[in-house]
Amino acid sequence: MIKAILMFNNHGKPRLSKFYEHYTKDTEQQIIRETFHLVSKRDENVCNFLEGGMLIGGSDYKLIYRHYATLYFVFCVDSSESELGILDLIQVFVETLDKCFENVCELDLIFHVDKVHNILAEMVMGGMVLETNMNEIITQVDAQNKMEKSEAGIAGAPARAVSAVKNMKLPEMPRNINIGDINIKVPNLPSFK
Amino acid sequence: MALKIVKGSIDRMFDKNLQDLVRGIRNHKDDEAKYISTCIDEIKQELKQDNIAVKANAVCKLTYLQMLGYDVSWAAFNIVEVMSSSKFTYKRIGYLAASQCFHESTDVIMLTTNQIRKDLSSPNQYDTGVALTGLSCFVTPDLARDLANDIMTLMSHTKPYIRKKAVLIMYKVFLKYPESLRPAFPRLKEKLEDPDPGVQSAAVNVICELARRNPKNYLSLAPLFFKLMTSSTNNWVLIKIIKLFGALTPLEPRLGKKLIEPLTNLIHSTSAMSLLYECVNTVIAVLISLSSGMPNHSASIQLCVQKLRILIEDSDQNLKYLGLLAMSKILKTHPKSVQSHKDLILQCLDDKDESIRLRALDLLYGMVSKKNLMEIVKKLMLHVDKAEGTTYRDELLTKIIDICSQSNYQYITNFEWYISILVELTRLEGTRHGHLIASQMLDVAIRVKAIRVFAVAQMATLLDNAHLLTGNMQRNGICEVLYAAAWICGEFSEHLENPMQTLEAMLRPKVATLPGHIQAVYVQNAAKLFATVLKSQEGNTDGTVTQDTSQLMIERLPVFVQSANLEVQERASCILQLVKYIQKLQQKDVEVAEEVSALFAGELNPVAPKAQKKVPVPEGLDLDTWINEPPSESESEDEQPKAIFTKEEPKHSRARHTEVDEKELARRREARKQEQANNPFYIKSSPSSQKVYQETPGVDHIPVIQIDLTVPLKVPGLPMSDQYVKLEEERRQKERAEKKKKDKKKRKEKRSGRGKKHDSGPESEEDITPAHMVDIVTEEMPENALPSDDDEKDPNDPHKALDIDLDKPLADSEKIPVRSHRAAEAAKSPVEDRDADGIATQLPKKKHGKEKREEKKKKDKDRERKKSKDEKKKKKHKSEEKDGDLLGAEVDEPVVQSEEPSQASEPPTSNSAEVSDLDFWLSNAPVPSNIQEVPKVAAAEAASAAEVISGGAQDSEPDEPKDAEMEATKPSKHKKKKQKKEKEDKEKKKKKHHHYHHHSDGVGEESVQNGTVEEEEEPLPSMSNYCLLAENSYIKMMMEDADQVYDIQGNLQDGSQVVVSVIFENKCDSFLKSMEFNVLDSLNSKLQRPEGSGPHDSLAVPFQLPPGVSNEARYVFTVQSIVMPQKLKGTLTFIVKTEESSTHEKLDFKLHFTCTSYLITTPCYSDAFAKLLESADLKSSSVRLEGVNMPFHHLLARICFHHHFSVVERIDSCASMYSRSIQGHHVCLLVKTSGQTVSIDAKCDEPMLLGNVLDEIKQTFSQC
Repeated sequence: MIKAILMFNNHGKPRLSKFYEHYTKDTEQQIIRETFHLVSKRDENVCNFLEGGMLIGGSDYKLIYRHYATLYFVFCVDSSESELGILDLIQVFVETLDKCFENVCELDLIFHVDKVHNILAEMVMGGMVLETNMNEIITQVDAQNKMEKSEAGIAGAPARAVSAVKNMKLPEMPRNINIGDINIKVPNLPSFK
Repeated sequence: MALKIVKGSIDRMFDKNLQDLVRGIRNHKDDEAKYISTCIDEIKQELKQDNIAVKANAVCKLTYLQMLGYDVSWAAFNIVEVMSSSKFTYKRIGYLAASQCFHESTDVIMLTTNQIRKDLSSPNQYDTGVALTGLSCFVTPDLARDLANDIMTLMSHTKPYIRKKAVLIMYKVFLKYPESLRPAFPRLKEKLEDPDPGVQSAAVNVICELARRNPKNYLSLAPLFFKLMTSSTNNWVLIKIIKLFGALTPLEPRLGKKLIEPLTNLIHSTSAMSLLYECVNTVIAVLISLSSGMPNHSASIQLCVQKLRILIEDSDQNLKYLGLLAMSKILKTHPKSVQSHKDLILQCLDDKDESIRLRALDLLYGMVSKKNLMEIVKKLMLHVDKAEGTTYRDELLTKIIDICSQSNYQYITNFEWYISILVELTRLEGTRHGHLIASQMLDVAIRVKAIRVFAVAQMATLLDNAHLLTGNMQRNGICEVLYAAAWICGEFSEHLENPMQTLEAMLRPKVATLPGHIQAVYVQNAAKLFATVLKSQEGNTDGTVTQDTSQLMIERLPVFVQSANLEVQERASCILQLVKYIQKLQQKDVEVAEEVSALFAGELNPVAPKAQKKVPVPEGLDLDTWINEPPSESESEDEQPKAIFTKEEPKHSRARHTEVDEKELARRREARKQEQANNPFYIKSSPSSQKVYQETPGVDHIPVIQIDLTVPLKVPGLPMSDQYVKLEEERRQKERAEKKKKDKKKRKEKRSGRGKKHDSGPESEEDITPAHMVDIVTEEMPENALPSDDDEKDPNDPHKALDIDLDKPLADSEKIPVRSHRAAEAAKSPVEDRDADGIATQLPKKKHGKEKREEKKKKDKDRERKKSKDEKKKKKHKSEEKDGDLLGAEVDEPVVQSEEPSQASEPPTSNSAEVSDLDFWLSNAPVPSNIQEVPKVAAAEAASAAEVISGGAQDSEPDEPKDAEMEATKPSKHKKKKQKKEKEDKEKKKKKHHHYHHHSDGVGEESVQNGTVEEEEEPLPSMSNYCLLAENSYIKMMMEDADQVYDIQGNLQDGSQVVVSVIFENKCDSFLKSMEFNVLDSLNSKLQRPEGSGPHDSLAVPFQLPPGVSNEARYVFTVQSIVMPQKLKGTLTFIVKTEESSTHEKLDFKLHFTCTSYLITTPCYSDAFAKLLESADLKSSSVRLEGVNMPFHHLLARICFHHHFSVVERIDSCASMYSRSIQGHHVCLLVKTSGQTVSIDAKCDEPMLLGNVLDEIKQTFSQC
């Protein structure tokens, strides 16, 4: 079981938090903060596993994370998940984001956290891995977005125009969180089917 | 209209959307909180508007704010509103918000039940998907109970996308509503073989999750998983299965043997590290379960260790980490094979990665032996000095202590060295583990008697240098060691070189800055030291030393008397008075030493932590019985203290009981000593026993080695443990030399022929003798301690509830409760819901009877099952004896098996059959010697599984022959009863039949076997007995009659009852409530009303209908004569409630009771049927149907279904059918078909009834 999926940047700002078990909102924030502290002080070339300790779940739980450019992706899982498998899942997640947002960068995730949630929902459901095949995930996400568009129809046009205008003013920021660079040697788990 | 929408959206487009909110927050970095609070105000305004788009936008923003840690629970109701939008866009926003914010105590969740149900049955797969995803995050026990059935249905959805999600969410449902596990399990199991890999993977996922917590219940699935493992190519699935096997093998060693081969093959062949790693892990688990030491598995261990070494040596830190992790598992059972890699692991201690260092530490724990303990600890001590960061250093410290103290100090050969290590550790700054070191010091000093002299000397030095330790003591945990030091010096003060000096050290004014509990120990032990000093000066005529000591005490103690700590104060003032008194006596030259030391006489022995728990309860003492009757129920809750008092009473009495007089005590002590002396398992403080595990008989002969005098007894300053390493080396060498000499001597002695036996006791143990012969005093346990295992599970673990035996056949009561409200969709398949619904919606007074009937049914079912099970077994064994070809031929069958819809009411394949299946699979099938053989085994397994299932299918076939036999042997007296039972059986089968149709609609292409029609080639069309009763713009009523007909105890004169089920469906957008159902009774038929109501009163419908929802109610009618069809007029009144107003509406209807509705499906056997036809009193009649264009079996099925007949016999295109009325009339039909003409010849003892029934049959077929 996956207990929580967290995404935050190098400064600890949460970009996505998904808890599959209920915590009070204060505890949630605390978990995010402490996880950030644990993860951020680790060097680049150390292992990607951390014992979560009492922070979340207890001794059976592990934090498995990856660091991509400005973002940390942290999965908190128990012993029923394969560590290397989860690492790969993070990779699939990031690659999916990259496909869906076309060269994803932190800004995309900041402004479209709802979309990120929708993509994640096609991969992990209620703490269990639902789908690991990237093409399948993208197909389902696209189909739902298409449906959304068709529902908006003519009524949605002005709103779209306005938001397009608004988006023009986005501050210039690096557009790429550099997926190519971080293709850290994934312990080669052959493609999932 | 469109214009309006566009206009509305133009208004909206200047609202802040999520992007604007995020942008705003980023632009207000300085006053973020203020900005957000204005945003929240805006959101509150937006939520008040009617426009759902505005609301959705607001909810979307709230979801973002929730992530930032803002409270959004106040908007829960708005979230529900957005969830219930018909547009997918908004629905998705709503469900996302709900999944982020809702939890079990959110009260609006109960409002969502119907919405979720509606979404689950939505024709749009993404509506369903979004609902499932959301539900998986916030499912509550209530939701789980109410929706379990809907989700179960979705598990057989046509779209794999939905199936996948439905399967996965079942795990959450099980957790919240454990009762659903057993009914849902057969279908879940079936999904393991779903054609879609995603669904299959989800099912594996769920079962693995379940099995991880309660593995024993899933052992019977091992063959299935084995098959999957050898056939699947999906690494995710493989990993899960292999992990699952890891959990199963401890329960079934034979499984492990079977697994080793394919797993090692996988290890050799796979290129995926993740898979390799899991395989190694499971192989380790297997090896642990087989720890009996199978010689031929040492190769497997070697393979694992070798692969793990590759992982650890890899430059990838992740692999290194996992390698160490797995290594530690091997260590537990096969320490030898890991120990050879000690170099590698010690190397990992230098790794820059802390996680890896910690893992390596864990490994070291298991790798120490007597030989290498000192060396390893030395290395660790070096690390302690080097370590940066207190956490890692603390970790090192605890590890050192763990390593040394493990299994009762088994590996320590020199306790002086250990004490030195402990003393060295006290020099660590800022450690949190002072108390740990302290307890080790105490433990060693108390239990290892030989070390006390040394320990006391060391502790005295510690006390002397206390200022070094307590530099900045407020945040320094290390001062805890002073607690131990003071106590050891006091308690064993007879070993002190210079007690005066220590006493002085303990009474320094600086001590008053120590924590209270330590001061208290100081004071108490100062008194002990005082006593020792007095005693040592006893013979001395010169009283100055004693005088000085008393003076010192009297001078220094007042500081402690003023202490704020109660304990310190109390002890100090007590002792101060005592010393003053002693001083007086001393001045009178009275000898007091004896009396004073008597105060502290006696030995303190360590008590085992569990000792209290293990005190046996004396015979005749029941701790749970009341000594005084408890006060009345209501009081006992409030008056907790009282209850506690009474409960504690027995303990008090026992305490008093022990306070017997001295003599008795002495006598008992003597007896105990005697007993202990004779008890070989009691480790005594005799000078011999060296180790706990040593046997006593040899003990007396072990030569006591003198304490090595090269060890200086008084170490100036603080000791260095390193010197012990060297000393130890030397000592061992010396010993070895000595031993050689001895051996030579021995040999000489032997040669000289002396028959003296020599016990070479301790030398046998790894050839290393401890430097000191030490007693390790075991912790004391009460006499007759009860052995107890304390692995109590956490009672709060939700998985505990899922410890459910899944192999037991399902009982009828174990149905997933079906909704009391249902979505409009469900009306299409009312038949399915009917029976499950039956219990819930029936009139209350029928309930009792119904339950009884069901129990009976269950019994019958069980009996049948048992029989067929036995048959099955026999059959199986036979077929197994046959050659492999047969098995091969049967492999095709699983297809049928997997498609067969298993129903909630259908039991899983029976228990014992499956177990024996497993046994067979585990024992009989040879362990495949190479990979090619594996599929064969799997095939054989599949074949046997297929047999089990097809056996199960036989269950549902009618048992005519068997029953007929029974009938022949049974006296006719019982005939009536029997018939009733048969009727029930039939009914049950019929229900199954209904059920079946519903599912085959979904799955679609199976050939059907059911209770009434046999050997069919084509699928039957689905049929429903529901017909439209009445309908208007508000409501639709559907009616089915007489599916269940009750005759009251066969008392025909009283007339009979007919039950009518009516489905009410709300067709409008408003809420319908206060529905009342009324029928104008006729002379012949009357609606049964509750007692006390008049003949014209209407019955309230026991539910309300929200928009789009339908529900079912049942009404019972009493009928006098059944020979004629009848019509009853009725009215339904109800209130339509819209937001503004509510109106009273009514709907008229006519209930049509056909003659068919008085017939009960009753099975009849051909011989009985023949007899019946021969009897003269049957009137005959016949009818011809033209242009019937349907297969014969459809025709029969129709008659059976719509007119409640059963097939007695069928020969080609001719069939005989039978039915019975509720008043006992026999109706026999002979149906023949040729081309499109069907002729029906009928016989009945009531011609009018027969005529009407035939008319109705004719009508049925004219309609199609």
